[in-house]
Amino acid sequence: MLIPCPYCGARDSHEFTYRGAAVGPRPDPARPDAADAFHDYVYLRDNPAGDNAEYWYHGAGCRSWLKVVRDTTTHEIKSVTGAGGEVKP
Amino acid sequence: MRYSLFNIIANGLTGQRFSSPAWRQVAPKPAYDVIIVGGGGHGLATAYYLAKQHGVRNVAVLEKGWIGSGNSGRNTTIIRSNYLLPGNEPFYEWSMKLWEGLEQDLNYNIMVSQRGIINLIHNDAQRDVYVRRGNAMIVNGAGARLLDREEVRSYLPFLDFDNARFPVKGGMMQPRAGTARHDAVVWGYARGASDLGVDIIQNCEVTGFLRDGDAITGVATTRGEIKAKKVALAVAGSTSRLAGKLDLKLPIESFVLQAFISEGLKPFMETVFTFGAGHFYCSQSDKGELVFGGDLDGYNSYAQRGNLPTVEDVCEGGLALVPQLSRVRLLRQWAGVCDMSMDGSPIIQVGPLPGLYLNCAWNYGGFKATPASGWCFAHTIAKDEPHPLSAAFRLDRFRTGHLIDEKGVGASPNLH
Repeated sequence: MLIPCPYCGARDSHEFTYRGAAVGPRPDPARPDAADAFHDYVYLRDNPAGDNAEYWYHGAGCRSWLKVVRDTTTHEIKSVTGAGGEVKP
Repeated sequence: MRYSLFNIIANGLTGQRFSSPAWRQVAPKPAYDVIIVGGGGHGLATAYYLAKQHGVRNVAVLEKGWIGSGNSGRNTTIIRSNYLLPGNEPFYEWSMKLWEGLEQDLNYNIMVSQRGIINLIHNDAQRDVYVRRGNAMIVNGAGARLLDREEVRSYLPFLDFDNARFPVKGGMMQPRAGTARHDAVVWGYARGASDLGVDIIQNCEVTGFLRDGDAITGVATTRGEIKAKKVALAVAGSTSRLAGKLDLKLPIESFVLQAFISEGLKPFMETVFTFGAGHFYCSQSDKGELVFGGDLDGYNSYAQRGNLPTVEDVCEGGLALVPQLSRVRLLRQWAGVCDMSMDGSPIIQVGPLPGLYLNCAWNYGGFKATPASGWCFAHTIAKDEPHPLSAAFRLDRFRTGHLIDEKGVGASPNLH
């Protein structure tokens, strides 16, 4: 699988570390419903059969955290941005 | 028809003209007491024990494809009860005990072979961990033996004992563990359940649920709507897809796990062994092929095929410890979609909606659990309360903090 890093170009998936579904942002621990919010944030997942937004870390490249939208049924990559949604500068 | 040596010979000599199919082919009825979605080992075992142990016989098992076409037919056939934690070990040991009597119970040859499993030890820390686990197993009646290096050599003489990175220092063995013929398990349970009145309906995909307010009152399928008092899900990697139709979010992510077989070889591997440090485990089938596997393909996937980098990684792990495999050819590989949970342990649950029952999150360890999963899930459905052996597998443990994390890696389902 090739992941088109916005900074380095298309690179082999071996160069990347997978972190998991791009859930977030992390809830505010001072919220009155913080326990519920953290339960959802840490444990519950949509787990779609289709487009999944997920975090990958390009450790053997530019060391950027990336947000990748990938189809989990075909592994086709639909879009890659920086983790905060920023595109290539 | 009860199988015996006499009727196998008689039916063989008469060209099977007088034998009957192992299970009935039926069309769905308009309503059932219980519908089990998913015709794999777990779903069929649940139906069998519902009918046999609890007298609930108005049951249908709905399967999208053919029975056993999912993970039941895509595993490495290992049965074992070598777990550590209190929530897990008694459950898996009950499963092992059911395996030991399952052929007689089902009157079906599922080729249970208690050839033992050896987890290899490479350093002192690993030995400490396995001693602790072995003691937990002994306490729970599963039995365990700590092997020194020469004892491991007597079982597995072909290992690279002086490997520079991972020298073999010993092993932890569960002598009662082994393998079973995975397809035969599915067929045996299907036949047993069908004989007790359970309808097994193949090529019937569940496309939605019938609701009355919050309650589940049936399912919509590709073969029409079917009503049911209770709807039970046993659909492994597809659990989130069906739960999504009910707007339920579960602590599950789906990952692909690959398994492999080599070409057939003469017998040389008498036990199952695992090389955890190198992500490789292996056994030799009765036909002679090596059956082996390793880690998950590390990212979420519903593709039942797997990717090449993992093939390379698993084969490298195997070659590192068994150098003589270098000229063995890979015959084929396959992959199953695993419902990986956030703590690596399963969920057997009443609810979370009225009329719904969940059996999921088997990670990559569902095959060995098949009999006990069916046993406990049948109890859960029939009595509307958890079975004592599966009471720890509740869904709200993620909210209350009662996680059962054997590997201790936290909420990272790709690492369990």
